[in-house]
Amino acid sequence: MASLRNKFRPLIAARFAGLAGCILLGACLAFGQAANSCLDCHSAQPGRLEVTPETFSQDIHAQKGLTCVSCHGGDASSYDPDQAMSRKAGWKGKIDRGQIPQLCASCHSNPAYMRAYNPSLRTDQLDQYHTSMHGKRLAAGDTKVAVCTDCHSVHDLRPPSDPRSTVNPVNVAKTCSHCHSDAAYMKQYGIPTDQFARYVTSVHHDALAVRGDLSAPTCTTCHGNHGALPPGVDKVQNVCANCHAFQAQMYEKSSHFKAFQDKGLPGCVVCHSNHGIQLPSDAMLGTGPGGVCMKCHTAGDHCDRARVEILSNLTQLDGAIKNADQALRLAESSGMEVSEARLNQDQALDLLTKARVSVHSFQTVLVDQNTQAGMKIAAANLKAGKDAMVERNHRRIGLGICLIAIAMMLVGLWLYIKKLES
Amino acid sequence: MCADQGPQPETSRRRAIEIFLGGGLLASLASFLYPVLRYFVPPAVIDLGGDEVVAAKVGDLTANSGKIFRFGSRPGLLILGSDGAYRALSATCTHLACTVQYRPDLREIWCACHNGIYDLNGRNVSGPPPRPLTVFDVHLRGDEIVVSRKREA
Amino acid sequence: MTVFAPLIRWLDERLDLDGLIAPFKHKTVPTHRLSYWYFFGGITLFLFIIQVLTGILLLLYYRPGANEAYESVQYIVTRVQFGWLIRSIHAWAANLMIFTAFVHMFSVLFLKAYRKPRELTWVSGVILLYLVMGFGFSGYLLPWNTLAFFATKVGTEMAGQVPLIGRPMMIFLRGGPEVTGATLTRFFGFHVAVLPGLVTVLIAVHLFFVQRQGMSVPPKLEAQWTANPSARREMKFFPNFLLRELMAWYVAMGVLGALAAIFPWNLGVKADPFVSAPAGIKPEWYFLFMFQTLKLIPSKVWFVDGEVLGILGCSLAGLLWLLLPFFESDRPERTKTWITGLSIFALVYVVGMSVYGFLAQ
Repeated sequence: MASLRNKFRPLIAARFAGLAGCILLGACLAFGQAANSCLDCHSAQPGRLEVTPETFSQDIHAQKGLTCVSCHGGDASSYDPDQAMSRKAGWKGKIDRGQIPQLCASCHSNPAYMRAYNPSLRTDQLDQYHTSMHGKRLAAGDTKVAVCTDCHSVHDLRPPSDPRSTVNPVNVAKTCSHCHSDAAYMKQYGIPTDQFARYVTSVHHDALAVRGDLSAPTCTTCHGNHGALPPGVDKVQNVCANCHAFQAQMYEKSSHFKAFQDKGLPGCVVCHSNHGIQLPSDAMLGTGPGGVCMKCHTAGDHCDRARVEILSNLTQLDGAIKNADQALRLAESSGMEVSEARLNQDQALDLLTKARVSVHSFQTVLVDQNTQAGMKIAAANLKAGKDAMVERNHRRIGLGICLIAIAMMLVGLWLYIKKLES
Repeated sequence: MCADQGPQPETSRRRAIEIFLGGGLLASLASFLYPVLRYFVPPAVIDLGGDEVVAAKVGDLTANSGKIFRFGSRPGLLILGSDGAYRALSATCTHLACTVQYRPDLREIWCACHNGIYDLNGRNVSGPPPRPLTVFDVHLRGDEIVVSRKREA
Repeated sequence: MTVFAPLIRWLDERLDLDGLIAPFKHKTVPTHRLSYWYFFGGITLFLFIIQVLTGILLLLYYRPGANEAYESVQYIVTRVQFGWLIRSIHAWAANLMIFTAFVHMFSVLFLKAYRKPRELTWVSGVILLYLVMGFGFSGYLLPWNTLAFFATKVGTEMAGQVPLIGRPMMIFLRGGPEVTGATLTRFFGFHVAVLPGLVTVLIAVHLFFVQRQGMSVPPKLEAQWTANPSARREMKFFPNFLLRELMAWYVAMGVLGALAAIFPWNLGVKADPFVSAPAGIKPEWYFLFMFQTLKLIPSKVWFVDGEVLGILGCSLAGLLWLLLPFFESDRPERTKTWITGLSIFALVYVVGMSVYGFLAQ
């Protein structure tokens, strides 16, 4: 019997040690950390009720010291569900969609409160939201529209500057598309659902998401974020003008401005589209695919003739620059140095760009000014390339003369050697 | 017969050798020396050194105006401010490489392509440009305005 | 010759030219199936002279210094009359010279001209070869373009891998821990002052040995001629061999001119230390065989770092190559085969690795 007891003793001792260890560990973990029964239980909940500490630790609110209780109320110290989620303790439960903006605004529209956390954050989001289509429809009782958490996410909310945030400029279009590209979801509203599909083909998307140029526009740049609404058919060029100032200025002074306004046409969008904006090309002035002028104008009328003149000026300059490029490339591959002319090619290209911008004035004389200046420079560069080739030929001739002299000398030496040795 | 023909091939042979050897030597030496002698003559454009350029002369610019000049392989912008000071910066916009210009009305540097704005110290203050413009050193040498790259520390 | 006769007579009256040339008048050069290889030493010398002359011309316009070097070379090539020619000749002759130096060394190796009594000629020659490669390495940096900058960085990095003395050596070469404008200035000093001085002295020594000892003949042929002296064929050094040498020099000049005019050396892009190295950076072709060898060594061999092993191996090989003649025993029949085998291996290795390095990504 003693032998058996002796066998069990180590086992029992180990068990006690284990238990003591667990208690100690639990005490250590609990020490300095307020009990958060919400997370402890909800990290084990299935599906939509699941919120883990790992997820919540990513949330900016959690990092600033807010907890579940800050928005949902309740008692986070109790592990008894009835106590933790009691109305008496102020538990709000799942926040009603219609109530979400108000809840968020309870802090975010309070400048005094926000000042304690980030004084430079705006506090007018709710006011803006009320002017937006989403806000207006929510006020009318439609809970399908976007509320704060739809765009900003919830429980793992990151600041917009964080590249992983759903409202970081690079991600905004994708976030909007969750609803706006869902044809079934958007059916009752009667608006198109192809905006995102078109946007990803656009130059703006390429600049923003592919090249990482954060100055490129996304949905919110033109439509606003909290106060999201399309800018209005007669205000389109104002929005584009924020970046494309020159084009907008010329357009506003041109014949097309009033004409489009009178017809209720959306300015820039008429020729350039709104979501699927492609890199403009001279083909837009043509009559083939991609041509935009003939959509309204009749062939042969005075506008068509102007179009033809503008297109031919641009094509001529483009061709001249490419010719000069070719000549310079040939010179370079022959070993000639033409860096000055190369630099001047940039000037010619600048003028071509200017000419293309001045198309928005719809006045041939303005376009012509720029193309003529560009032609002069391109012609000079072409000449530089040709001169370099002439110089190269001179070098070859010089080499030829030298080689003849060397050959003469070699013959002379050979004859002399032969004579010496005969 | 044989005695007659004896010396002739010899002298014509000798002639041939003299022509080829002497002529060849002269011609080849001339073709070597000609480039070398022309090389010694300094070219018309005296290089000031790679990182320095005469952008303009005093009097070229009026107060509150700018001028594009060539700096190495890129364009530069020389500005005479309304305070009388000269400033020089790279004229290549840091957004999409268009050439910027000085706007006397704004007293700032403006890029026509996407409405980017820089202040007179080259800092990007508005619009798409992600980085400031590189600033160059300006000093006057007589009546020449000389622009040079800032010395590396 | 009749044209120059009075001039020569005038000089002879004052300087006793005949007396000077007298010893040379007796000098002979053996002629046999392989005697064409004798020209290569002279061609290398000719190219060195071309390098000195074009180098001096370039010195008139080149400015050493990180912010001026590239622009000054650009200036030479674009603005200076025939600057493009002088610069391209200098660049091409550099490569040709290194090539002919290698050919000369291998021809001496295969013709067994390094045997006693010509060991010192071999030693001075191999040192010259290393100095000439040093010329190539230092000169390559002087235009201060991207390729040169990174090639120098990699090259000096490898020198730094040698245990113990590596790092001080690297800092000495670079003029600091990194490749900067200080490196350029230092390399310029090496290239135009230190190396020319050393090489000129060594060439004089090397030529003195050659003139004193005469040309060597391959062993088999030597045995034949010793047995049968009447079979010996030779020509006078002055003027016969010299005239032929002059022809070879003229041919080299023609080749050089054609290369410089038809395939001018390009400028590249100015070096920017803050840009990351372009992909697939390789040294110039004459270092490729060493570079490729190092690339093939695994990163760790046993407990030794692969690169260190490679560099020590190359250095050891270089040292042993220098001392090669001393491994040839007095009984030539015994060592003949293994050094011949080694020579063939060396040639195949150098050429093969160079081609491999050239083709590899």
